[in-house]
Amino acid sequence: MSTTKKFLYVNRRAPYGTIYAWESLEVILIGAAFEQDVALAFVDDGVYQLTKGHDTAGIGMKNFSPTYAALGDFEVNKIYIEKESLEARGLTLDDLQHLVWEDEDEDWAEKDSIKVVTSAELADLMGEQDVVLSF
Amino acid sequence: MKLSIQVNEGPFQHQASDTAYFFTKAALDAGHEIFRVFFYHDGVQNGTRYTTPPQDDRNVVNRWSELAEAHKLDLVICVAAAQRRGIVDEGEQERNGKDGNNIADGFRISGLGQLIEAGIQSDRLVVFGD
Repeated sequence: MSTTKKFLYVNRRAPYGTIYAWESLEVILIGAAFEQDVALAFVDDGVYQLTKGHDTAGIGMKNFSPTYAALGDFEVNKIYIEKESLEARGLTLDDLQHLVWEDEDEDWAEKDSIKVVTSAELADLMGEQDVVLSF
Repeated sequence: MKLSIQVNEGPFQHQASDTAYFFTKAALDAGHEIFRVFFYHDGVQNGTRYTTPPQDDRNVVNRWSELAEAHKLDLVICVAAAQRRGIVDEGEQERNGKDGNNIADGFRISGLGQLIEAGIQSDRLVVFGD
């Protein structure tokens, strides 16, 4: 398939209260095989999906948070976090997993995948997309 | 315009499937092409023929089946979401050793790649759900 489109996955919900976050991740992983221009956005309670130290033992659900660290290997390396959502929840970048990818064009230099953007910047980003899937 | 539709909620708890149905019908009536309707999350519940709402209510599942037959729609249920929620066709019945199947007419079960392909192939992918 030769067409390349800009796909944005918008993750809006906390990781375990509903299945949206986990099933969003399943779409992202499958979608990565299609070699599209993929970006992820985390807004509202969706920012909790990327926080460190998830422990799901008490709720008997699968802890899928380690999967986010593998996204860089699937060339999913544009991960936008909304600044306002972080601040409203008293979170900073230090509370989130450190997600990285290796840049083939720069001798596999390790680079950060996460970028904090304002809601205005995120709105512009959304405007540039061909396909927006929200979860 | 070539459109694809994604339905993310079950048939009766949310209005999402109703709205998606009316949108799809209106788009077809206006001469647009529907490339695919993809059912994800609890949206897979829109594809079980065991649905039996009260007689004085709409039958959301049958309505999709009838629309599919009238317009040769491609109604696709996500296999991973369907397995979690017990939506089974003959192939899945065999593969997973189930004692029956429940998929409704006009629906088929396939992978998430069908959703991505719908996004690539269509001019617009319209998502219905919470």
